[in-house]
Amino acid sequence: MALSRKTWIVSVLLALGSISPAMADGGMTVTQAWARATPGNVKTGAIYLTATNNGASADRLIGASSPAAEKAELHEMSMDNGIMKMRPVKSLAIAPGKSLVLKPGGYHVMLTGLKAPLKEGDTVPLTLQFEKAGAIAVTAQIAKVGAMHPGPMSGMSGMSSKPASGGSGTMSMPSMH
Amino acid sequence: MNRRFFWQLGAAAILVAAVAGSSVMWLRQSRTPEPDLTITLSATAPFALVGTDGRPVTDQTYRGKIVLVYFGYTLCPDVCPTTLNNIAATLAALGSDAAKVQALFVTVDPHRDTPKVLADYVKAFDARIVGLSGTDEQIAAAAKRFGVYYRRYSSADFPDGYAMDHSAATYVMNPRGRLVALFTPDMSPEQMTARLENLIGADSS
Repeated sequence: MALSRKTWIVSVLLALGSISPAMADGGMTVTQAWARATPGNVKTGAIYLTATNNGASADRLIGASSPAAEKAELHEMSMDNGIMKMRPVKSLAIAPGKSLVLKPGGYHVMLTGLKAPLKEGDTVPLTLQFEKAGAIAVTAQIAKVGAMHPGPMSGMSGMSSKPASGGSGTMSMPSMH
Repeated sequence: MNRRFFWQLGAAAILVAAVAGSSVMWLRQSRTPEPDLTITLSATAPFALVGTDGRPVTDQTYRGKIVLVYFGYTLCPDVCPTTLNNIAATLAALGSDAAKVQALFVTVDPHRDTPKVLADYVKAFDARIVGLSGTDEQIAAAAKRFGVYYRRYSSADFPDGYAMDHSAATYVMNPRGRLVALFTPDMSPEQMTARLENLIGADSS
């Protein structure tokens, strides 16, 4: 009977967990969403952000969309022996308690078929799709062309599925690999 | 009987080894060759390309200036804007010394990067940066001189079904057209400015 009691307790804990606010939405927060202004009439743009998994189980970023573009794709940029390679990625895992940071020199959400240029100082709406947390809408601040970080004004730009634990977060300086 | 068997075995082994060896050679040859990314310091890199205004531009055009050469393409959302932004910040930091420097952006995607697209693109970073294009052959020849690798990578996820893999370093040529330094994409504008001021100082002394 010990086993079944243990199972029962685990079930109750899981049930409690699933109705607590943190678990109801997967506990995913998205902060620091920002984009680079697009140079000239280029129809592609990059959005960077930080997704933090405050939940107890692993989640995945599986897609994105924006009314500002025909498509939004997850991409990885990497340096291989001095050669830049950009590749599509199907999904990005986020372990419990960990953050996924999309930043220059690494992952980005690529907007293709932009309907209008991304202008510095404007914002661009983006909806992220997570496997468990579902859809999370964010507003990305547009920084200057080729910017390496969002700039001083955009710390609070990202919305989150759990407003209490949002906040500006910290932005580490990107590094190339 | 026994001896004959060993002879046959030996012959078979040699045959197998020969076939395996030649197929390894064939596989090696049929694979994409490793890019030769070597360019020797103090080498010159002659090239003949075309400016966005349609005028020919060669390595001779900017003799007397320090020339920064970067190969990329406008639909590159990450490393190209990073590099051009760093170059723009470097030109700004150099102040009047920026007149002694010419930055060139050579497209490796000339079919999408038309002169108009290219001109608008480089201007968004700094009006002093010159965009260069050319025929496929001209661009390939220039890239070879610089030891630059580029290749089309096909995927339905990219606009028009492809993106470009390409070398991401900036080549620094002295006023006599000789390669003196390589700027990697992780270098800050401060580091680039210091290196260029050093070169400008060395040249005027």
